[in-house]
Amino acid sequence: MADCNETLKELDRFLDNELASEAISDLSVHLDGCVDCQKTFEFHAELRNIVKLSAKQEPLPQSLLNKIKDCFGTELES
Amino acid sequence: MADNAEFTTEAMQYAQSLYSTALRMTRNQSDAEDLVQETYLKAFRSYGSFETGTNLKAWLFRILTNTFINTYRAKQRRPQESDLGSVEDLFLYKRLPSLAGLSESAEEQLLDLFPATEVREAIENLPETFLLPMLLNDVEGFSYKEVAEILDIPIGTVMSRLHRGRKTMQEALYDYASQRHLITEKDNTDG
Repeated sequence: MADCNETLKELDRFLDNELASEAISDLSVHLDGCVDCQKTFEFHAELRNIVKLSAKQEPLPQSLLNKIKDCFGTELES
Repeated sequence: MADNAEFTTEAMQYAQSLYSTALRMTRNQSDAEDLVQETYLKAFRSYGSFETGTNLKAWLFRILTNTFINTYRAKQRRPQESDLGSVEDLFLYKRLPSLAGLSESAEEQLLDLFPATEVREAIENLPETFLLPMLLNDVEGFSYKEVAEILDIPIGTVMSRLHRGRKTMQEALYDYASQRHLITEKDNTDG
């Protein structure tokens, strides 16, 4: 089973969904029994969320749509 | 080789994502529009070399990123990676122990402390080496492998740049919140 240091080392990969299922279950065993690591992971998961929420999609200006249509040389549905 | 009309329709699905990313790269609407237009122009010219069934979004973002680096980067006034000191791991977590709970109110407090405009600003002010991987991974959801291919760097480099970029962003967020007096000494675990 992973200890606290090994678990924290994998924080990024875990939250970025970049770990294989075996490594995930290994970490999960540790997380289930370690409140400190659990809190750390939750905090960073929430931070990731805040970054995602901040990244709103900007509406496409009509001027840009027109420019793209020109370069495709074809009519596009806007 | 992809069918022309089909390619156009599919490629247009990503216009909003490309434009949003371009705005964060250039921080200027007219440059962002030019950058996206140029991306589509290049994509359309070389769509014959695009293999149907492969990752069109990643392909378009690769063109966008390369075009930005080659044409627009010089106009940017971003700090260099070497200008920055190193930020310790778990920077915010160590400074906001009261928010490290698992409650819903902790989530709301985080949202109050770090409003979207400040999060965007903190990311946009990052050195380009951190900015690009973060826009691609944290914002657009590309995997490490896809980011590595788009930026043409090794996966290990993607990981370390994401790690350092996120820490640097946390430090900036902490500074903004301190300036607005939302974080005071008593929140601080230091000392």
